[in-house]
Amino acid sequence: MKEIELTNRINTTDKMVFDVKGLNLWYDQEQALRDINIGIEKNRVTAIIGPSGCGKSTFIKTLNRMVENIPSVRITGEILYHQQNIFDKAISVEELRTRVGMVFQKPNPFPKSIYENVVFGPKIHGIKDKNLLMEIAEISLKRAALWDEVKDRLKKNAIGLSGGQQQRLCIARALAVNPDILLMDEPTSALDPIATGKIEDLVLELKKDYTIVIVTHSMQQAARISDKTAFFLTGELLEYDETKKIFSNPQHKKTEDYVTGRFG
Amino acid sequence: MSDRETDVREIIQNNIRNKKGIVNKIMPVFFFIMASVSVLTTIGIIVTLVTDAYKFFSAVGLSEIFSTRLAPLRAEDPTFGILPLINGTIIITAIAMLVAIPLGLTAALYLSQFASPRVRKTVKPILEVLAGIPTIVYGFFAYTFVTPMLMSLIPTLESKNALSPGIVMGIMIIPLVASLSEDAMNAVPEILKEGSLALGSTKLEVAIKVVIPSAISGIIASFVLAISRAIGETMIVTIASGSSKAFTFDITRSMQTMTSYIVEFTSGDAGSGTTGYYSLYAVGLILLSFTLVMNLIAQYISRKYREEY
Amino acid sequence: MDQKRLKKRLFLNDLFKNLFSLSVVFALLVLGILFYRIIADSIGWLSIKFLTGNLSIFPEKAGIYGVMVGSVWLMSIVVPVTLILGVSTAIYLEEYAKKGNIQMLIKVNISNLASVPSVIFGLLGLAVFSRLFNLGSSILAGGLTMSLLVLPIVVVSSQEAIKAVPSYLREASYAMGADKWTTVRRVVLPVALPGILTGAILSLSRAIGETAPLVVLGIPALLLRVPTSVMDNFTALPIQIYYWTLDTVLTAEYANLAAATIVVLLLILFMMNSVAIVIRNKFEVKF
Repeated sequence: MKEIELTNRINTTDKMVFDVKGLNLWYDQEQALRDINIGIEKNRVTAIIGPSGCGKSTFIKTLNRMVENIPSVRITGEILYHQQNIFDKAISVEELRTRVGMVFQKPNPFPKSIYENVVFGPKIHGIKDKNLLMEIAEISLKRAALWDEVKDRLKKNAIGLSGGQQQRLCIARALAVNPDILLMDEPTSALDPIATGKIEDLVLELKKDYTIVIVTHSMQQAARISDKTAFFLTGELLEYDETKKIFSNPQHKKTEDYVTGRFG
Repeated sequence: MSDRETDVREIIQNNIRNKKGIVNKIMPVFFFIMASVSVLTTIGIIVTLVTDAYKFFSAVGLSEIFSTRLAPLRAEDPTFGILPLINGTIIITAIAMLVAIPLGLTAALYLSQFASPRVRKTVKPILEVLAGIPTIVYGFFAYTFVTPMLMSLIPTLESKNALSPGIVMGIMIIPLVASLSEDAMNAVPEILKEGSLALGSTKLEVAIKVVIPSAISGIIASFVLAISRAIGETMIVTIASGSSKAFTFDITRSMQTMTSYIVEFTSGDAGSGTTGYYSLYAVGLILLSFTLVMNLIAQYISRKYREEY
Repeated sequence: MDQKRLKKRLFLNDLFKNLFSLSVVFALLVLGILFYRIIADSIGWLSIKFLTGNLSIFPEKAGIYGVMVGSVWLMSIVVPVTLILGVSTAIYLEEYAKKGNIQMLIKVNISNLASVPSVIFGLLGLAVFSRLFNLGSSILAGGLTMSLLVLPIVVVSSQEAIKAVPSYLREASYAMGADKWTTVRRVVLPVALPGILTGAILSLSRAIGETAPLVVLGIPALLLRVPTSVMDNFTALPIQIYYWTLDTVLTAEYANLAAATIVVLLLILFMMNSVAIVIRNKFEVKF
């Protein structure tokens, strides 16, 4: 069987990186996502907001197919990544995930050295050249705005870093395999305001080179850093528009109630 | 994005595309095969015991098996009555339980209800030492120390007897009873104890009226496991209780348990193919059934007790 | 009147507290006497000559060099076999097996296997390894029998160690595009390793002191040749303790030899447990 390859269109003029069409998802009998249609645009920050249990976290985890690690999951519909359905049987999940990086709610560095954390991805994907690995580590840590803080202790265990540093390390780790999309699942919910601010600045910096999808509980965060905002409610995409529009003049009453803090 | 980074992306891409992923597919099969060894072990145990025990049971009549006449090594007309072994096993187990249950239970009560955290922290590891000493060492201790000491108290005591190994085995099992019972007692919700303490009950009253009743199934499960352990214990009895095959209830005399029968017979010259050789497996099968039943009972009891909270 | 009752209740409380504590004191006392007796019996017998000499029918000439070599040989089988079987089983159960009948069967089987009397394993070894595979009373037969005996300990402790690896580390690995085996090898096993090693050492310390299965395999009493391969016959520390203890009837000094051997065995166990504790405290990652 010929492998269908994820086309290398990073430098194409494609405006959409993800085109989600008619996506439904069930955990056992319970439907968590209903007929989602959404296009994620290149080099923009898309915020996913909505009350707990609305499916926003599930949605972001379908974009790199992490959701399939849960045994009882069933999915219909398609997600086109540069016009290729990521659920296609011939698509390699591993390759998809090197293109679509992910940062989690709780910083989850491996209990290894800072260096080993960053080069984990390149190493498991077969890069052995020590100099190249070191170069990758430096570039990635610089991109994650962590280099200056850790350059003298790359061999120290990552568990010793502060929570905010750990989260930036996780960003560096995700960047080390050069994805073009970064999925962030409430990346600041476990951090203090100062560390949160640093991550937010970083997101704004990173969007020049990456497409970012960020799930957030914080309306202020969505308003501050995102270009587009999608509002999820009980598994449905209720509204999706420019962030400015969502926060100033939403179409739906429920969106307005939510962004103004009347429920959720 | 720098050229370097595009390079890295391409190397990774090519590596993933060229990867065969065979190891990733083989490993689960390998692990499954390794995991099935434990099941094969069980099957092996059952098959060996049952086939050879079957040969024994078809060679020896039931009335002989369920008799008190045990003389397997007699040159002419050996007899294979199993009752002396079952009797010896039960009596020595009973002696061990008379030691292990009261001492283990009260030690658990002391450690979980009365002792300060500091005492608990020092005593528990030492009790674990007691549990970690090889049984052969207890056998030596029973035979060279406890038996002579008991002989000075009970002049009629034989040098090999049921009493001494029973006591020593009981001491060996104290930590098992203590730690399992203590786990059960610690699982009693704090709020139940506090409620009673707040009403002015003393710790003793709380222990007796609240803790023991609430933890009773866990405590009983620990007793059952202790019995199972005692039935299967081999070296202490082999060394200190000797190999008399008489059917007796006199604990000052030598008795043989099922386990020590197996040891005596294998280290002797039971040639393969003789009834004596097959009798080992018959005894082994009965022994295994005893311990298995005990374990199933303990599992059943402790499953019920987990449902209580 | 009430005052009197309260006093009585408090008195009873203290009385029973002290009675209960006596149980603990008794257990500790026995432990103390046991150690004291064994050390006292071994004094004068435990010497360099005893450790380096060979077995002899004359107690004052006897040494346990060959016996210790036998135990080391035995462990050289038990260590790799139990580690490979035990850790693989644990990985299968925790990482690969789907929740279902097969997984349940293996789990129930292991917990029941853990409670099978050791002498039964001896019978299994006798029938399968000694007779069926014709390994006789060799180191290989003894080592394989002992490996199966301690297998449940390694499986259960490895399972605990693997379970303690937080799932978010696995997620991080999968999200980087790692496949399952890469995740197990590069993330799960390194983090679980201290726990696995601790369990392995505990199982070894069980194997090194276990006597009954070896006696059932018919390991000979007095053997003058030091083993040089896994197919050789051998004797091991607990076996030698057993035979010397039995023979104290004939020669009283055998009790001293047995005690000296016990001291050696206990010292080995003590060292193994210390190593386990050091590994646990020093290398275990806290989350």
